[in-house]
Amino acid sequence: MDQENLKAGYDRWKSGPYTKAKTRFAERMERFEGSSGMEIEPLYTPLDTEHLDYLNDLGFPGEYPYTRGVQPTMYRGKLWTMRQYAGFATAEESNARYKYLLEQGQTGLSVAFDLPTQIGYDSDHELALGEVGKVGVAIDSLADMEILFDGIPLDKVSTSMTINAPAAVLLAMYIAVAEKQGVSADKLNGTIQNDILKEYAARGTYIFPPKPSMRLITNIFEYCSANVPKWNTISISGYHIREAGATAVQEVAFTLADGIAYVEAAIAAGLDVDDFGPRLSFFFNSHNELLEEVAKFRAARRLWARIMKERFGAKDPKSLQLRFHTQTAGSTLTAQQPDNNIVRVTLQALAAVLGGTQSLHTNSRDEALALPSQDSVRIALRTQQIIGYESGVADTIDPLAGCYYIEALTDKIEKAAMDYIKRIDEMGGAPAAIERGFIQKEIEDSAYRYQMEIEEKRRIIVGLNEFTIAEEPPKGLLKVDPAVGELQKSKLAKLRASRDTARVEATVAALGEAARGDANLMPLILDAVRAYATLGEICGVLRGVFGEYKPGGAR
Amino acid sequence: MAVQELVSRALAHDVRAVSRLISIVEDRREGFEEVYASIYPHTGKAHVIGVTGPPGSGKSTFVDKMALEYRAAGRTVGVVAVDPTSPFSGGALLGDRLRMQRHALDEGVFIRSMGTRGRLGGLSTATSGAVDVLDAAGFDVVLIETVGVGQSEVEIASLADTVILIQVPGLGDDIQVIKAGIMEIGDVFVVNKKDRPGVERVVAEIKMALDLSAPGGHPEGGADRDADRRQWRPPILMTMAESGEGVAEVVEACAAHLEHLGGAGLMERRLRRARAETMEIVSQRIWRGLRERPDARQEAERLAAAIAERRIDPYSAAIDLYKLLISAESARG
Amino acid sequence: MDENRKIRVLVAKPGLDGHDRGAKVIARALRDAGMEVVYTGLRQTPEQIVAAAIQEDVDVVAMSILSGAHGHLFPRVTQLLKERGVDDVLVIGGGIIPDEDIPALKAAGVAEVFTPGTSTAETVKFIREHVKR
Repeated sequence: MDQENLKAGYDRWKSGPYTKAKTRFAERMERFEGSSGMEIEPLYTPLDTEHLDYLNDLGFPGEYPYTRGVQPTMYRGKLWTMRQYAGFATAEESNARYKYLLEQGQTGLSVAFDLPTQIGYDSDHELALGEVGKVGVAIDSLADMEILFDGIPLDKVSTSMTINAPAAVLLAMYIAVAEKQGVSADKLNGTIQNDILKEYAARGTYIFPPKPSMRLITNIFEYCSANVPKWNTISISGYHIREAGATAVQEVAFTLADGIAYVEAAIAAGLDVDDFGPRLSFFFNSHNELLEEVAKFRAARRLWARIMKERFGAKDPKSLQLRFHTQTAGSTLTAQQPDNNIVRVTLQALAAVLGGTQSLHTNSRDEALALPSQDSVRIALRTQQIIGYESGVADTIDPLAGCYYIEALTDKIEKAAMDYIKRIDEMGGAPAAIERGFIQKEIEDSAYRYQMEIEEKRRIIVGLNEFTIAEEPPKGLLKVDPAVGELQKSKLAKLRASRDTARVEATVAALGEAARGDANLMPLILDAVRAYATLGEICGVLRGVFGEYKPGGAR
Repeated sequence: MAVQELVSRALAHDVRAVSRLISIVEDRREGFEEVYASIYPHTGKAHVIGVTGPPGSGKSTFVDKMALEYRAAGRTVGVVAVDPTSPFSGGALLGDRLRMQRHALDEGVFIRSMGTRGRLGGLSTATSGAVDVLDAAGFDVVLIETVGVGQSEVEIASLADTVILIQVPGLGDDIQVIKAGIMEIGDVFVVNKKDRPGVERVVAEIKMALDLSAPGGHPEGGADRDADRRQWRPPILMTMAESGEGVAEVVEACAAHLEHLGGAGLMERRLRRARAETMEIVSQRIWRGLRERPDARQEAERLAAAIAERRIDPYSAAIDLYKLLISAESARG
Repeated sequence: MDENRKIRVLVAKPGLDGHDRGAKVIARALRDAGMEVVYTGLRQTPEQIVAAAIQEDVDVVAMSILSGAHGHLFPRVTQLLKERGVDDVLVIGGGIIPDEDIPALKAAGVAEVFTPGTSTAETVKFIREHVKR
């Protein structure tokens, strides 16, 4: 089409019919904007995408810059992995839930650990009081891990573990369980989150200061590239950054800035970018604003490919591919009229699928109230199955591509995220930006703005600040038996009494010694784990050597 | 609880009483003059140390580590951490404690957060009131932490026996604290985050500024500088507050500074503080009289109108108003 | 005389959960409502919270928990305050707290529990109306 004619036509429409209608009937809002505050135009046309070069900016699925997806066939080959994050109470109860989910057609496991486990405390630590088994399963030693995966063949499932500061220890336990099942490490499939930077910035379950934390991460990269080659060694997470209040642009920017920091750390540790690059994976949030979210996923994919290629000189196509897991946004769920959350989750899941996710967790409707019940978890899984099998959106690749708005927005989000990354680079990279509180402050500002928009009704949340009803308190919520803490403690006491104490002490001491030097700690952690040293003992000796992180950062 | 009972309990190191007394003096609550009168004879024993520096220089972490050092040496520590009050809402986010919470269960450390509250100069009296309470309660060292951005915060730090100025490389404007008039109050200079690039430049800039303000080199001749300053060359120390590296040396330098001041120097410092404080209180009383007394407000209005109409000059009017306020003050006792 | 009097609030995150979005939003909202907010950060034990509340002489202790450990941690704070003879501090809580748990928390001395969806304005109003001094 002739661009000049188009431009003339657009101007005529905008100043003519559009303005006339708008003057007669005011629009719903003075200014429409997305989560990141970018203005949304009334209409998008080819004029908004004319600067894009199809081959350079979009390309083909499975080809650089991967805007349209990381695989050539995408969901026509195989649907995304439906992976529900689950885990609570004891290893026995979580094991039963995993088996249930696998029977229901779930295709991958995702383990939630309780907070003491995530922070490297045993269940009998004083700070664990009241927390054991609450937000996930309590794992104190290899003995618990054996129960957790009892009857689940580790060469057949892929397992994602939401574990960060003590990721090396839990991965070692997983490898040790596989050994006992007769499965060698090179057959293992799965992911550890292992993303400490976002813990400092947004999620809060850190243990050690940044330097030794980054060392543990690069130790894992190195160990896995030789021994557990199919394992995703990190899941660089925007999910929690978004949950903490960030906008879509901030989610992309801060996550990729963290990713850059990990790549730099690994290169500084002497690794080749193409040795670990293919094992990097990402984890994003999916919010309600469907089109913005689709554009966000596409922008992230293109931006990462460009960063890996241009900045780090990666050559392996797999190093350039941003593969990601998505979870629907827990923070958007309301405690009011909780069934409405099913609809929110549907929209969010749809955005993730239209955005080309590799795996997906859909939240349960009752998560703003309590841990999800079995019924709610099933509905959440069914939501994914309906999208996959009934909606038809999975039948062609990247179906929204070429939509003027989607392409224009993809481009805008990429540019805005790049601007942030430049600012972060100027501060010395993500660790420095976190240290001075920049990233936290940006997230806090967005969170506060969002809350005020809701309170001033500039943002409508159905059932919360509009369309409310009088409600009975919900029933049938899942409660973790408070006895779990005691039960876990007694299991631990039994373990401490029955294991080979000398072997535990020797392996833990050897780990401490190695931590003082610069050896790769993974083999030593594995030795300690095999000797049934507890998570608390292993993290304890590392705490002694590394110290503990204390939050700083100006506000 | 009666003020007197609170005072005697605070003197016996009762944490709740100390805390309540600080509130009374900070808020100028009923009976605050009585609190001062009762505690003042018990003050003057603590080593009062001011710590100031720009935002992002790691002050809170540094103060946290100083407290740790003093505790290891068996000395008790009071901390008064001042953060800016929002000029829009009058509220404040007091976040310094965040980095000091490890001491929460140590009875030998007392931490109190304060907002600047936009008081007309009243900040220094509120802060020094809190310091006096902690001093009277027997804390060996009292640390005052303020953001070194405005002149008033810097003045508060200067109420201390020893003033630490913290600087850090890479904040953009490296010399923002080392402005004329601020440089002079530093007794110990700390360059924190010494692993950052640009650290040599910051040290060099401090040295240069110190040379300028050294005896004889001071632009104003240095004639009215403290006697102690003529011999004390402020040390420049480098630290990593995050790991605690170098903080012990700062604590030593503070002790050396106190020793250097000796009886006479310390007296001179405290005299300076007493002068400032007295002037502050006098001006506050005048302001309060103007605010609270209808007759004074009326008279002020009447005089203002008269000035505007050129029936009286501003100076004569001010003297009239001053006399009115004074007469009432003395009548009230 | 008390022209300088401000409501002082300690905002604390007891327990191990790191989700401080709510705590930080409420801290800002209270500041914007003219209060002085002392924020103590993550992973605070009840003992640390109570010690800080006493030293800071706050009028209100506001805690947030999302991990489900409220049943243990909130009552521990109110109990410790009582043991230290503090009876004029308003204790409030927030987070993901099932309705059925609320009566027990109130019986333990938590004045109000704010669940997801509560506006900051409601919290501000509650504090203004219920501070004990």
